[in-house]
Amino acid sequence: MATFKEFRNNVKPNWCPGCGDFSVQAAIQRAAANVGLEPEQLAVISGIGCSGRISGYINAYGLHGIHGRALPIAQGVKLANRDLTVVASGGDGDGFAIGMGHTVHAIRRNINMTYIVMDNQIYGLTKGQTSPRSSEGFKTKSTPEGAIETTLSPLEIALSAGATFVAQSFSSDLKQLTSLIEQGIQHEGFSLINVFSPCVTFNKVNTYDWFKENIVNLETVPDYDPSNRVMAMTKLMETNSMITGLIYQNKTKKSYENLVSGFREEPLVSQNLSLTESEFDKLVAEFR
Amino acid sequence: MINQLSWKIGGQQGEGVESTDRIFSTALNRLGYYLYGYRHFSSRIKGGHTNNKIRISTTPIRAISDDLDILVAFDQESIDFNAHELREGGVVVADAKFNPTIPEGTKATLFAVPITAIAEELGTSLMKNMVASGASWALLGLPLEVFNKAVEEEFGRKGPAIVEKNIEAVRRGAEYVLELAGGPLEEFKLEPADGKQKLFMIGNDAIALGALAAGCRIMSAYPITPASEIMEYLIKKLPKFGGTVVQTEDEIAAITMAIGSNYAGVRTMTASAGPGLSLMMEAIGLAGMTETPVVIVDTQRGGPSTGLPTKQEQSDIHALIYGTHGEIPKIVLSPSSIEECFYDTVQAFNLAEKYQVPVILATDLQLSLGKQSCEELDYNKIVIDRGNIATEIPDREDGSLFKRYELTESGVSSRALPGTKNGIHHVTGVEHDETGRPSESPVNRIHMMDKRLGKMDKIEVENPIHIQGSHEEPDLLIIGMGSTGGTIDQARVHLEAEGIKTSHMTVRLLHPFPVQEVLPHLQKAKNVVVLENNATGQLASLIKLNVGLHEKINSVLKYDGNPFLPSEVYSESKKVLSDGPSAQKLSEELV
Repeated sequence: MATFKEFRNNVKPNWCPGCGDFSVQAAIQRAAANVGLEPEQLAVISGIGCSGRISGYINAYGLHGIHGRALPIAQGVKLANRDLTVVASGGDGDGFAIGMGHTVHAIRRNINMTYIVMDNQIYGLTKGQTSPRSSEGFKTKSTPEGAIETTLSPLEIALSAGATFVAQSFSSDLKQLTSLIEQGIQHEGFSLINVFSPCVTFNKVNTYDWFKENIVNLETVPDYDPSNRVMAMTKLMETNSMITGLIYQNKTKKSYENLVSGFREEPLVSQNLSLTESEFDKLVAEFR
Repeated sequence: MINQLSWKIGGQQGEGVESTDRIFSTALNRLGYYLYGYRHFSSRIKGGHTNNKIRISTTPIRAISDDLDILVAFDQESIDFNAHELREGGVVVADAKFNPTIPEGTKATLFAVPITAIAEELGTSLMKNMVASGASWALLGLPLEVFNKAVEEEFGRKGPAIVEKNIEAVRRGAEYVLELAGGPLEEFKLEPADGKQKLFMIGNDAIALGALAAGCRIMSAYPITPASEIMEYLIKKLPKFGGTVVQTEDEIAAITMAIGSNYAGVRTMTASAGPGLSLMMEAIGLAGMTETPVVIVDTQRGGPSTGLPTKQEQSDIHALIYGTHGEIPKIVLSPSSIEECFYDTVQAFNLAEKYQVPVILATDLQLSLGKQSCEELDYNKIVIDRGNIATEIPDREDGSLFKRYELTESGVSSRALPGTKNGIHHVTGVEHDETGRPSESPVNRIHMMDKRLGKMDKIEVENPIHIQGSHEEPDLLIIGMGSTGGTIDQARVHLEAEGIKTSHMTVRLLHPFPVQEVLPHLQKAKNVVVLENNATGQLASLIKLNVGLHEKINSVLKYDGNPFLPSEVYSESKKVLSDGPSAQKLSEELV
């Protein structure tokens, strides 16, 4: 069985020293090993942005696509080969700005895969513009007088859209993050994990220390029940989403692949493509 | 006895025009006639004038007719709107309910049949379609048993009582009109058909069936006119073969999902029309850059923007070829018949995987939606060629990545599908090296650009053009694509009859442009007309760009939303021959 080291490759990430994304990379590698995967059984599909480069830093099948479209690409991969473990990942701009439409519908569709968002509340690769996750008043190159648009609450949106697995973590907490990714992979259906992953270069407000002071780990909240959707929504609203841990999980809803008519256990990619002559004749006869 | 006839039904959208046409033409198809249909409809579901026209012939036809023999009208608007098409001696069968009149000067006979009243007497006005089609059938003096069998099949699922009622509606319609007309109309008596079994389908059906036969098992698509029938067919059929259609949130998701599943090894397609194709362009670039096969259908309709969404146009040609930013290899195929819609779809999947490029199959609204007779499709011609996919990959002890983009003579490298042991590599839209890792090295850049774009020189597609009526030195060469082929053929016969040596070229491979095949025909021709449904002469520009001979090329353009009529092709060609080179904008003259 593969160890987490086998999910490493020798590529040096082009992230800034101290970037939160390093821990996310390590957590994915550890989680993949912990759930018993071999590198070729994992496909990491990423978007564009600093964090989008992650698919190139893990020894697994990886596709670095176009901005905002990691999710539809990843869903296509999973439908083609349901034996693969599919992880989509990217930044908050990728998933909650340009790709928000796909995020909501991927949640609704509930294909069995995991989406990890590295949320740094800013656009890093384009050198510091506002993101939908930026706090109101946050000054960036594109909001020199402070952001005036409302900060998006993607996890509230996820719950509203019918998410079956919603979690949040912080890149400093490697143990929690690894465990949540494992749970996400093992969850039947679409799992969303938002990770506070500080940008040390362009975000001087939402820093490691700031998160440490402001986030609450749900494990410390007595009687928190992640199977209770109302409680999850209430908690997100009460805390302005500043919580980490498993926020919500619905273990009863079947994944898309298990609901879609005629879909087989055997991955599509290994099935025979040819129609027999009698199958073809029958199809043609409908046009006579 | 006549050997061809044209029939049209008109009414308000949603009141049974479609179903009347369907049942009438299905029965004619059973008798072995060649049929060619044209739908006039609007972008709404209920209300608004709509009409379906079919041409019935004892020999193959692929064009709408200039005139009309029989018009069935559910309302006065249908008569007023369409009477000008009626030939002298034509017939109007109209619902007596609205006290129909025919415009002054129309030399046609009117039969007012209480279509709605009969249907209501039998229980529901919904059966208007049966009364109307029964009346049409009876006027032609065709055997009622064949018609009743078609009715049985249409309604069989709803039980014998419903079938009986519908057959009764047909009988009553037939009886009433025969009494008015004094029996079947001798001048509309069609010669018997050849009785040969034919298929009757729209281009979109043929594309969907072709995809299924080609091994396409996932379709990701967003509904749009005139492409939706492709997904609707596959929604019904794919689950029986383990596959699925995903109706995505938009066309960007449709194309990127298709790229994802093709990357993972399952033949996947998407289909759309102009607006959707515009949204897909960035992702098509990703497919080109990552050498991921994908098949995209563009059923062209009137543009730009929302344009004329339910009308004929061929104005996406440049967008399909040049639409993406940067430079990628790509194939654009343009089928021109129902049979080609089927076989070209199969071939599109093979070309996509053989060359690892996006393949766009470009139809137009009339080809996609016009229901027509189709020769039997040959199972033995279906070949699935998956191209170069690595199955057993030896262990590389140095821990290096699989060279997915290995530089090869052909420009095509072996694909390792995700899940394959020892096949791990990277895939990115960023410029990359042989293992897929990002690289900005100028030397690597040149190698990789040459690898990808070099495939364009090596792409081989059989029969990139079709030639009809080949002459050593034609007086006139008419060039077209897509659904205009049948219309040009008909005009060509007319021109030939006057002693004008006329050849007809259909361009099937739009990109890479088949210069070697096209050039000699242009050189030999005294005059060249490029005929297309757009305002700027995109096909003509493409020919000029690739072949030259600008001075010889005349454009005949129609962009009022309607297909060319054979008479228009004839008269515009004559004008070019007499007036010399100039761009003919047909639509202006019509207005």
